[in-house]
Amino acid sequence: MKRDFPTLFERSRTGRRGTRPPRPAEVDLAGLLGAENLRAAPPRLPEVDELTVVRHYTNLSRRQVGVDTNFYPLGSCTMKYNPRTGEAAAALFAELHPYQDPGTVQGALQIVYELQEYLAEITGMDAVTLQPAAGAHGELTGMLLIRAYHESRGEGEQRRVVLVPDSAHGSNPATASMAGYQVREVPSGPDGEVDLGALRAALGPEVAAIMLTNPNTLGLFERKILELIDAAHDQGVQLYYDGANLNAIMGWARPGDMGFDVVHLNLHKTFSTPHGGGGPGSGPVGAKAHLAPFLPVPTVKREGGRFLLDFDRPQTIGRMRSFYGNFAVMVRAYTYIRMLGAEGLKRASAMAVLNANYLRKKLAGVGYRIPYDRLCKHEFIAQPPEGLKALDVAKALLDYGYHPPTVYFPLIVKEAMMIEPTETESRETLDEYVEAMAEIARRGLEDPEWIAHTPYRTPVRRLDEVAANRKPVLRWRPEEA
Amino acid sequence: MNVPADRKYTRSHEWAKQEGSLIVVGISDFAQESLGDVVFVETPEVGREVQAGEAVAVVESVKTASDIYAPVSGKVVEVNEALADEPELVNGDPYGVGWIFKLEPSNPAEFDALLGPDDYTKVIEEES
Repeated sequence: MKRDFPTLFERSRTGRRGTRPPRPAEVDLAGLLGAENLRAAPPRLPEVDELTVVRHYTNLSRRQVGVDTNFYPLGSCTMKYNPRTGEAAAALFAELHPYQDPGTVQGALQIVYELQEYLAEITGMDAVTLQPAAGAHGELTGMLLIRAYHESRGEGEQRRVVLVPDSAHGSNPATASMAGYQVREVPSGPDGEVDLGALRAALGPEVAAIMLTNPNTLGLFERKILELIDAAHDQGVQLYYDGANLNAIMGWARPGDMGFDVVHLNLHKTFSTPHGGGGPGSGPVGAKAHLAPFLPVPTVKREGGRFLLDFDRPQTIGRMRSFYGNFAVMVRAYTYIRMLGAEGLKRASAMAVLNANYLRKKLAGVGYRIPYDRLCKHEFIAQPPEGLKALDVAKALLDYGYHPPTVYFPLIVKEAMMIEPTETESRETLDEYVEAMAEIARRGLEDPEWIAHTPYRTPVRRLDEVAANRKPVLRWRPEEA
Repeated sequence: MNVPADRKYTRSHEWAKQEGSLIVVGISDFAQESLGDVVFVETPEVGREVQAGEAVAVVESVKTASDIYAPVSGKVVEVNEALADEPELVNGDPYGVGWIFKLEPSNPAEFDALLGPDDYTKVIEEES
């Protein structure tokens, strides 16, 4: 198949090269590694000159939509701007090696230690591990802490069920399963919040934990959170806080004060470090004192003026990650927290909430439906005008130079579009976005053929999502002769 | 919307049809239409004992993933193996070759208590 954008392998020409690596001294590789571990033939790597490589990646990057190029209101993902200062700070540590003696990396350990402290303060938790490599990994760590806690009390066999609301992030039930639990779904009430009556009815001695996001995936703050947590704690049930939506409440409310026992954070969302392909991420976990003995080792502690790796945790669940987690991400998050300070973090959340509410009102004014039309937090759910599909609006947005919102999530809203502008967008950007959304709605209703075939101006047109899901091609393979 | 009269339905959009001593289960035309193109069906293990209302299968579309609940209690005796390679059968023929699993019911009264075609039609009218 001829692609419009060949891979580097397809651009390869025998004998072409960009650099000549130094020839290493003769080494007895078979003796060092074992003969069975040596390749029989050299790996098939692309043979290309330097300019070809530069053009390849530069042109690829120009085909992307990212925060650096476009407004990116992808609900739940918190695609805020990542300040370049954080990149500069991370680069300062590029020469460190994880096997270095702690005595030679005191500055790095100080950053880890202080970040643990800051995150504990922001979440209202007693102890923090920075090991988990991303949000879902943090969730698993948190649920393993809860499991270890119940087991330490002799209730491991009895407590087999985890409750999740029907509006939950999909990773929550997946995490509970991964941690060995059965998942029971709790319905949301008509106000979009957890149905407290249904939740009380679902509680019992077999329940290990409840996993909640607050604000929830509809962008709504769970107003009955204190009652809910009291009811759960009365039955010995642990409360897990999915910190994906912490950007809404930083500095204003703390999961620990609400009564949550364990929380994960996404540094790559709330604390402004790169996501996904630009990551890696980082999913620190905070725990109350009764869960702290089970945290992964090592954490960093301070003794006098020294920072030490602390392995002394006999009840630990073990390591969750090699070495100390994604350190460069921690440096960026640390930099962000220090740049903004306590007042700045609080203001960031306030602006995120203000921007979301501004967009919510504006979009309601141009024909979009708002199923839960009350003061929202950092994100909200909109539906297209009757007669349009969320998928088509998302595709049309690409032609207008915007990254689409999250669509068809949460599952409890039909044709859901989950919009999260974040605090780093100006009013002008939001107004232009509303104009584009208004035009898409108007044109889409007038001309269904037009919207059904959007996008027109992107490098590739509408993709066959069904074929991509049914017959995924996950890697390039050479065409064998 | 197509709601055949020869079977019963649930509020969660499964259909259940008697076939000899067994109950065949699938999802309704309304359900497949709302899900969109189905890309994956996870069927239950044969031999599994299930309770009415228990999540026993998953239907995944491009848009979403949905649990499929057992309409009645009983034992799973057969699953539709063809769905592994051709999940689109659920879209093309939800009431026929797109069936998902068969149960040996443990409590026949449960079947009688399911929704008839008229009541189910009201359910989908409320939802659409």
